[in-house]
Amino acid sequence: MIPASFDYFRPSTIEEAVDVLAGAGEEAKVLAGGHSLLPLLRLRLAYPTALIDVGRVAGLRGVSDRGDHVHIGATTTHDEVVRSPIVREHCPLVALATATVADPAVRHRGTFGGSLAHADPAGDLPAVALALDMVLEVRSSAGERTIPAAGFFLDYLESALAPGEILTGVRVPKLGPGWGFHYEKFHRTAQAWATVGVAAAVRQTNGTVEEVRVGLTNMGPTPVRAAAVEEAARGVEAGQNGALRRAAEQAAEGTDPPADLHAQPDYRMHLARVLTHRALVSASAHRSPLT
Amino acid sequence: MTEQLDAGAVAQQIREHDALDAPGGGSEVGRARRRKEDARLVTGRTQWTDNIQLPGMLHVAFLRSPMAHARITRVDTSAARTRRGVVGVFSGQDFAGEQGSLPCAWPVTADTVIPEHPPMAVTTVRYVGEAVACVVAVDRYAAADALEAIEIDYEPLEPVLDMTEALAEGGPKVHEAGNESFTWKFAGGDIEAAFHEAPVVIDRTYVQQRLIPSAMEPRAVVAQTDGDHFTLHSSTQIPHVLRVMLALTTGIPEHKLRVIAPDVGGGFGSKLQVTAEEVLCLLITRRLGKPVKWTESRSEGNMTVHHGRDQLQNIRVAADADGRIRGVQVKLLADMGAYLMLVTPGVPLLGAFMYNGVYKMDAYDFTCTGVFTNKMPTDAYRGAGRPEATYAIERLMDELAVEIGVDPMEIRRRNWIQHSEFPYTTICGLTYDSGNYEAATDRALALFGYDKLRAEQSDRRERHDPVQLGIGISTYTEMCGLAPSRVLGSLSYGAGGWEHADVRVLPTGKVEVVTGTSPHGQGHETAWSQIVADSLGVPFEDVAVLHGDTATSHKGMDTYGSRSLVVGGIAVVHACDKVKEKARQVAAHLMEASPDDVEFSEGRFRVRGTGTSQTIQEIALATFAAHNLPDGFEPRLDASATFDPENFSFPHGTHLCAVEVDTETGATAIRSYVAVDDVGNVINPLIVEGQVHGGIAQGIAQALFEEAVYDSDGNLLTTTMADYLVPSAADLPNFTTDRTETPATTNPLGVKGVGEAGTIASTPAVVNAIVDALRPHGVHDVRMPCTPERVWRTLRTGGGEPA
Repeated sequence: MIPASFDYFRPSTIEEAVDVLAGAGEEAKVLAGGHSLLPLLRLRLAYPTALIDVGRVAGLRGVSDRGDHVHIGATTTHDEVVRSPIVREHCPLVALATATVADPAVRHRGTFGGSLAHADPAGDLPAVALALDMVLEVRSSAGERTIPAAGFFLDYLESALAPGEILTGVRVPKLGPGWGFHYEKFHRTAQAWATVGVAAAVRQTNGTVEEVRVGLTNMGPTPVRAAAVEEAARGVEAGQNGALRRAAEQAAEGTDPPADLHAQPDYRMHLARVLTHRALVSASAHRSPLT
Repeated sequence: MTEQLDAGAVAQQIREHDALDAPGGGSEVGRARRRKEDARLVTGRTQWTDNIQLPGMLHVAFLRSPMAHARITRVDTSAARTRRGVVGVFSGQDFAGEQGSLPCAWPVTADTVIPEHPPMAVTTVRYVGEAVACVVAVDRYAAADALEAIEIDYEPLEPVLDMTEALAEGGPKVHEAGNESFTWKFAGGDIEAAFHEAPVVIDRTYVQQRLIPSAMEPRAVVAQTDGDHFTLHSSTQIPHVLRVMLALTTGIPEHKLRVIAPDVGGGFGSKLQVTAEEVLCLLITRRLGKPVKWTESRSEGNMTVHHGRDQLQNIRVAADADGRIRGVQVKLLADMGAYLMLVTPGVPLLGAFMYNGVYKMDAYDFTCTGVFTNKMPTDAYRGAGRPEATYAIERLMDELAVEIGVDPMEIRRRNWIQHSEFPYTTICGLTYDSGNYEAATDRALALFGYDKLRAEQSDRRERHDPVQLGIGISTYTEMCGLAPSRVLGSLSYGAGGWEHADVRVLPTGKVEVVTGTSPHGQGHETAWSQIVADSLGVPFEDVAVLHGDTATSHKGMDTYGSRSLVVGGIAVVHACDKVKEKARQVAAHLMEASPDDVEFSEGRFRVRGTGTSQTIQEIALATFAAHNLPDGFEPRLDASATFDPENFSFPHGTHLCAVEVDTETGATAIRSYVAVDDVGNVINPLIVEGQVHGGIAQGIAQALFEEAVYDSDGNLLTTTMADYLVPSAADLPNFTTDRTETPATTNPLGVKGVGEAGTIASTPAVVNAIVDALRPHGVHDVRMPCTPERVWRTLRTGGGEPA
């Protein structure tokens, strides 16, 4: 990698990190696992003046059970998330989606918080964050605040993080009993980003769908919550022929999918409908926790 | 979610492989030796070009044209010169007087248009990525930073991006001379008679998309000089050819230029080239008197390593009512890109003799037009012309089967050359020396479970299963062992096709082999050691193979076109034979016998009918001492051989592929893949297996994944591996492989070559399977790569081309 030159800081506490970030100017970037940022540096598509490497900041890494929610530290690697018994028990959708991120090498370096802060709609985790109503904890030299996932993803690669703010952790609400989950990822090669991805959570009682959460990956400049599907699926009999398919027909509503080498918008809309159906069927059939 | 490895099975595999490495007697040829070069290659403890560090070495970075077609109106390098660490900044104008023109060694016709090809553009750029300036600096970072300070103004010209439009009157021109480089014709038999009132005529056009060879090791060059002599390290397949061509291009006398291909991490044809960067690094080192290094980035390489394929193939077949082929007519447009590089125009010619495939016919007619466009030049890429030909004929055989209403394997059986008919001279005038298509096919069908899969296909069709099953066949052959020099001469190629070897027995009985082949992943050190061990009766471990350095290997034609074993390996055999004959003279003298009475086997010379013997090691030491040799005998146990083949070799095989197509999403998944290849006798089955697996993967990549895409301004869109999708092991199925062994009759080893077979065979097998799955939906073609979106759109529109 031959990037343009930059200053490099490696704080060891979060206090130090936010102070360094505050003083490093608007063109500073926070570096965690580097798997989104380094490619941009390598291709000289980004010219940050300073990198603040939070990889060794104490307290940012790890998963803990906080009663009504699971807390995932921002620098927890994807691999740690996938293997966490707490995640697998209480928020299996996170584990299912994270397991599809790129390849094992990337999952051992890339971080949970980094994937969200990068706000790439083609990333697998932003849609999951939306579907599960995660809450993001951020910190700056001015103090701490929380941002609900629904308000975090503002535009393509643009989040609600203000200059000087660092994502420190994420609260994943526990959904309780009766839920099934699935992440349906459609991609051209195992390492490729999702052409379209569907994160689905379904709560049933005696075969009746009580509640549905659907987040869509790569169907717009931000991850998308498929509200129309959620509405349409509520109350249907999951086993009834065609019921979930009819609900999934709403999946492309309100989306604005991109055109790229792998898919044009109309194809992505079609995929969203087909994959949402498959995700709902699978989520209906699979119960948490993962074993 | 975590993969469970079967530790016991892995341990067993390791034990089996360890057993392969055990020293021991017996035949080395045919033994699945693990490659002796791999330990250093896979650990990187070796001399990759980019690993080379020389005292005072400077680093070069190239500024590349962002325009597909433009005039350079202003160049200002002054700001870049003031940047940190910058030693020199050069534009094309600075080299204009000395850089010459990059060579094309294959003017296929007398009137082939070969435009001047300056290594660095001086007045006009003709493709995105063309070098327009460079920075020489103390490190790579300084060089890359300073590139951004170079100012170049361009006056845009209209780019030529489509071959058909390029040939239309009145459009923009890539070169003043026009957009047609050549038209080359070839014919056998009476094509008009074949098509006249033919009961069946099928006419199809196939698109061979542009591909980017993706060698694991990017290109890298290190150039140095002592003021008189020059040494060039390059990640190249062709150190010998490169030395000659660089001497002719730069004016550095050949004897003052040493070219070294150290360990090279793959090429697939992309390093069969004389590149602008190699020439420019030599010019820079000549100008500055300092050693310089350049290593490309992957994105730079995607733009500027020569591309492959990119042909538009119109193929017509005339057949009898029972499907017997009367004649085949091919009209080809081949995209040359912006310039002709080393063998650019010759690539389609290598396919010209293969459109008949394994089939008999009365007439054949081939026309190819080479077309200039404002894109990266094309050149050899694994298979070079033959994958394109095989694809067209194997796709067409399936179409013919549908037209006639018979199983696609049956249509092939009706037309192929029977085993009893070999040697067989084809309509193209090539004599296939040996082959057994029936045997390979029967074996493949058995491994595949053909009938069972057909039954499942019917069942899925009846059930209207959203996931349909298709079966694809490829009964391929290829011409390998490039090449008989006289044939190359008749095709106007600029050089011969022989290969050279030196074999020398050292005083202690160890053996050094110098080969003119230039391995870049093929395992020649292992395979050549096996050949020599058997021939001279020495232990495998006692053989060293030297290659890739023109100072130690003075003569060679290098590695490409599945030629190394079939041509270079035979040179090794001949050199060994000469060494043995010399040793026999010495042995006879020492044992006081007539040479005619001395037999040689397993490393020992024996006097027939006596118990007297001498080992080749004893003879080596006696020859070294030279105390007691026959009168007039030169004290040397070494020999050279240059082998020029009289014919090509013709590997063949049958590949069968089952693909599941999800008609809802357009996704395809290879369900099973069977390859039965006949590459003649096998020196090392493990190496052959590796070549077959890699080759199949590369052919599947063309069928499903890879395509170099330019936008309407001529910008390459697939500059990274996120856009240009090279499949990994995770994207490919397990391959079931087997072999039949019909020895070549044209060389003493009976070998045919295996470097390209998988790539040539697999692409049509996969696409045939996809089309087969979708025929009930009215689909008769899907353009490559058969991406999910393309399959989906084809399904929606029916027929062939997606809207």
